[in-house]
Parts: sequence; structure tokens; C-alpha cells
Amino acid sequence: MSDQTATPTATGNLADPAARQALTAGFDASPGAAKPDSILVVDNIVRQFGGMTAVDVQHLEVQRGLITALIGPNGAGKTTFFNLITGFDKPTTAGKGAHWAFDGRTMDKTSASSVARAGMVRTFQLTKALSAMTVRDNMMLGAQNQAGENLFKSLFRGTWGAQEKEIEAKADELLSRFKLFEKKLDYAGSLSGGQRKLLEMARALMSDPKMIMLDEPMAGVNPALTQSLLGHIQSLRDEGMTVLFVEHDMHVVRHISDWVAVMAEGRLVAEGAADTVMSDPAVIDAYLGAHHDTDLGDDALLSDNVLEELAEEVAAEDAERQAEEEAEGLR
Amino acid sequence: MDDIQFILNGMMREALSPQTAAVAIAVIGLNIHFGFTGLLNMGQSGFMLLGAYGFGISIWHGLPMIVGLLFGFGAAFVFALVLGAPTLKLRGDYLAIVTISAAEIIRYVGRSALLVDFTGSAQGIPGSQYRTPFANLSFFGSGQFTLIPFNYTDVADGAAWVRVLGWIVIIGGIAALVYLLRGGANLSGAGKGFAIGGLVVINLFLLFFLFPVPNQSTGVNGWWVRFVAWGLVLLSTFIVFLLVRSPWGRLLRGIREDEDAIRSLGKNVFSIKMQALIIGGLFGALGGIVYVLPASVQPDSMGRSLTFFCYTALLLGGAATIFGPLLGSVLFFAARIGIKYTAAAYVPDSIMNNQQTEQFSYIVVGVALMLIVIFRPQGILGNKRELQFNV
Repeated sequence: MSDQTATPTATGNLADPAARQALTAGFDASPGAAKPDSILVVDNIVRQFGGMTAVDVQHLEVQRGLITALIGPNGAGKTTFFNLITGFDKPTTAGKGAHWAFDGRTMDKTSASSVARAGMVRTFQLTKALSAMTVRDNMMLGAQNQAGENLFKSLFRGTWGAQEKEIEAKADELLSRFKLFEKKLDYAGSLSGGQRKLLEMARALMSDPKMIMLDEPMAGVNPALTQSLLGHIQSLRDEGMTVLFVEHDMHVVRHISDWVAVMAEGRLVAEGAADTVMSDPAVIDAYLGAHHDTDLGDDALLSDNVLEELAEEVAAEDAERQAEEEAEGLR
Repeated sequence: MDDIQFILNGMMREALSPQTAAVAIAVIGLNIHFGFTGLLNMGQSGFMLLGAYGFGISIWHGLPMIVGLLFGFGAAFVFALVLGAPTLKLRGDYLAIVTISAAEIIRYVGRSALLVDFTGSAQGIPGSQYRTPFANLSFFGSGQFTLIPFNYTDVADGAAWVRVLGWIVIIGGIAALVYLLRGGANLSGAGKGFAIGGLVVINLFLLFFLFPVPNQSTGVNGWWVRFVAWGLVLLSTFIVFLLVRSPWGRLLRGIREDEDAIRSLGKNVFSIKMQALIIGGLFGALGGIVYVLPASVQPDSMGRSLTFFCYTALLLGGAATIFGPLLGSVLFFAARIGIKYTAAAYVPDSIMNNQQTEQFSYIVVGVALMLIVIFRPQGILGNKRELQFNV
């Protein structure tokens, strides 16, 4: 149980937004560009299901101590990519050039459990809460190096009782941070979908990871809780943890990510700071759509003049596209 | 009254029989596999048979008893390794397929005429060949005695009021047991377990009082074998209690719920599953050794049907509970004998002869198992909440 403290890197204290901005401003914004201090380096990972190529990432680096978002349309291979680098799946190119390293350690042949022990802990898109166990038992399973998990020591409480108390205190502390403390003795199966997301994230934090990989952490979580979750994620970053997360909610991505990588059809198509990436025409085309900035929840949008404006805009775009097509046809 | 006395005496004898204890130990092992870890081991009788062979063959060929025990456990250990290594990385169903066929392979190899000098082929190894060193350990002396030295025939010459009072106390004890089991008295966890265990013991003693079971002190089917067998059942139950309340036990339950989640938390799932398979298998081997002490090492007595009896007893008592295997085994065997004797006593031979009552008892047990699974899937002692959310 090592305390995560702010780790000043060569590039300054990353808890400071200005320092982060200064850092990311120096990054090369081409897909797969090198970072000054990469915690995760991925090379030539290809995963094919039959004839379909789900993931084909030639090179990707993730900067230490930042929040990196991985976005892309459905079926872009984001979750498969997560599975591959966390050892839950094997790349088709395994042994044929696929190589990835976490914190300087080669992970090509590392099992999922060893990946987690090395400090790269993930959550799942479809939550894997252990339904027939209590919330607290779920949490306590997350702690590393438990003496009582050894078959022979488990028989003697003296060898693990004290550690168990520490783990329990830590679990309770995390549970209250994630607003699950009142539920700690309930079975995880009785939690709602959003609460299970919270539980899974809290459980992943029990192991004090160096890097946490969240697969759609905000899906199904209510807005108020999303706010506090975002706060948690940011404070994790400020404590020195690296965060890589998949998310479809662009507000969330824009709000907390320091760097964004975009995948489409298995490939890494763009990288950059959130605002730059979201104005990249390729990204808009492949994923966001022209009106991604429009808030569909805003009633003002339903007024006639706005709708007319939108219709005009769409018509103008259509005309433009037609003109382009014609121009191409002429060429 | 005499018929009832006869039936109840028979049930009592069966409930206390060392073979019931032996099956209870095997069920305790199976509970680690199936109840706590979710490993679908369909070959527990194979582990039992290997334990019995290791024990019987070694002593038959002149080795000391302690070596026999080591061979029995060693065989089960190797068996678990061999079965687990290829299958524990695959989905659960494969373990079921492999264990059921491996157990059959063990049985057929044991039956083979080539090995007649070792396994005694289909006839098996007679108990007299390996039992002596165990019987010599007895400090019970010879002769006969009943477990409780006084009984209702000594009290007021067995007057009706003694019987009635005895029955009322037993019914009260059972009612208290049911009350505790349904979550009364605000007891939980180990406290509840021990209160239940205590009540069971008291009720058993009272049953002895009402139906004294006379038996030889030492011998093929005497009190010495019973004493050791039930002592081992209690010891095994205690070991399992220690194991499953620990973080190791928590890991087992986690693996039962979702292996991938446990993997993502940095635990070596394969190694833990292997440990569980081995520990449960060793309990199986111990059960097998106890099973053959009052009988003979007979490959066909430890076939598929014994595995299914183990599962019935486990589901009846409640999987993933501490005392479930014990309670389930006792109830299963006692109820079967009760049904058989009742049918023999009250159904005329023209409708059902003696051989048919035996089969009838198995049919009723099967139907009872189905009813349990439908109406009380968690078993008698199981926790409804632990099952309720299973999809």
C-alpha cells in the first residue's frame, strides 16, 4: 500500500493545468507520435477475427501522468485494443512483430493477472461486479499482496488478520469517496448499473495502480455522480496516476482529457488536444458528425428559427458535397 | 410401534454409519470444488477410488499404514494436477467432461484383469487385507456397547411418558433448529453455524436415547471406525471453515462469480483453481479411505452413481455452506433407508418386493432432489441472497 503522491516529472508538476498545457503543446499531433515520457508504448498490434481486422495499431504512446481519452465510433476496436494490451486477448501478430511495453517492462507475453500486478489495472465496459458477494468483499479482492491469499497462511488468522483490517479500512475509505459506503454490506447484485460502474472503478483503485484503464466509465451514471466521478479521475491524475479511458460523451472527453487519441476501423487516425481533435475534419467525418457541438437537450433548439438555421446549414453542406462530387466526377 | 421402531433404528444406524461419514468427507471436498469455486467436478468418486487404492494396495503389499495414507493422498494430488492442467484454463464444462471420464477410466483400469495382483480386479481388495493396522490402533477394547449408556428402557421401565417426553424434546429441538436456520435469534456467521451444530449434536444424543444403537466396540463395523470417521468429518469441516473465511476463500468465491474480474485484479486464477481442485480432491481421497475401512476396495462401489449421491447430498444441505455437506449427507442416507424400510414394512410384497423397494427409494430421492432444486435451490442451510442474483 504505497501512497500515490504528486510526482514532479521532468516536465514539471502535472497537477498544474498550465504545466500540462505547456507539455501537451509540445507534442507532435500526428497519430502515433512519440511522447517525452511514455508510460505505455505499443507497436504493431493487429487483431483479426476471421477476415475482419478489428485492431491495427502501428504505434501509440501514452504520456505518463496525463488523462488520455480514446474515442472512436462503435466497432472501432477500442475495447479490443484494451483487451489486447491488458492480456485478455492475444494479437494476431503475437510473436510476429507485436510489441508493447508498460513502464519500461515488455508485456508481449504477460498474463492478464501479471499485467494488473505490474500496475496497469482496467475496468470493463460491461461491468463485472461479483453479484453474490458483498460490496465490501468486492473491494477487498482488489488489494494486492494479501498474505491470506496464500493457501497455507489462510489457515492461520494471525498471519493475515492485521493486513485484513488495513485493507478493510482502505476499502471503506474508497467506498465513501465513491458514495457506496452505505451499501458496503449489500450484495453487489443488488446495485444499479451505475453503482456497479462506481464499484468497479473503486475496486480497481484498491491496488494502487500506476495506470488505470477505464472502459466507458460514465455510461449509465447520473449527471451529478458524473461530475464527482470526473473530479475523482482528475484528482487521481493530480496524484500522479496515468489514466486512459474510452468514452462516448464528448463533454466528458473535452472536460477532463489532456490528450485525445481517435480510432476508426481499428486504426489510430488522429491525436491531439481535445479541441484540436474535435475540429479535425477527418474525426468529424468518421465519428462526431457535423452537429456534435449542438446540445440536443437544449429546448431553445426546438424554436423555429434555430431549426430553420439548421436546415439551411444542412442544405448548404449537401450542396457543397454535391459540388465536390461533381468536381471529382469532372476530373 | 415395532415397525416404526425398526424403521427409525435403521435410519439411525445409516445416519451414523462410517460410510455416511466417508461420503460426507467427500462432499466437503466437492463443496470446495462446486460450492465455493464453481468447478464442476463430476468425478469425485474417482478421487475417492484413488485414495482407497493407494491406501489398500500399499498395506496389502506390506507397507506401513502411514505410507498407505501418503500413497492415497499422493495419487489424488497427481490426479488433480493431471486433470486440472489442461482444463482449468478452459470453460467450466470441459472440467466436467474430463473429470467424469477420468473417474471412469480409473474404475475400468482398476477392474482390469491385468492388475489382479494390485487392485484385485473386479472383485477388489478384501478389507481383511488392509484393515488390521487400523483396527490395532483402537483403544475402545472389545465387546459391545451402546453409545449412550442409559436409554429409555432404563428410565421408569420405558413407560409411555418417557417416550412421549423424549419425542416432545426432540420436536422442540428440531423446531429450534428450523427457527435458527430461518434467521431467528439474530445470530449470524460462525455463531449461527455453531449454534446449529450444537443443536444437531443434542438432537442426535436424544435420538440415541430413544433408539439406542448397540454395536461392537472394535471390528469391521464397530464404534472405533465410527469414532474415527466422524472425527475426521468434524476436522474436515473445521479446516474448510478456516479456509473459506480467509482471503483465500474470498478469492474462491470471486472466481466462482467472474474469473475475468479476478484476473483484472491481478490474481493468478489458474493457480487458485488448481489449489482448490487439489484440496477438494484430497478430501475426496480421505473420504475414499474411510469409505473402504469397514468394507472392501470395490471399484464398482465408487462409480458415477456415488458422484451423483455426493451432489445430491451437497445440494440438499446447501452448497457453499460450512455445515451443508454434513447435514446433507446424513439426511440423504437416512431418508433413503427410511423410505426403503417404510415401503418394505407397509407395502405388500405382491405390489413391491424387497428388491423393488431398494429401487423405489432411489426414485423418491431423485424426485425429492428435483423438488429441492425447484423450491429451495439454496438447499437447507444455503443463503438465499447468495443465489438470488445469479443470472
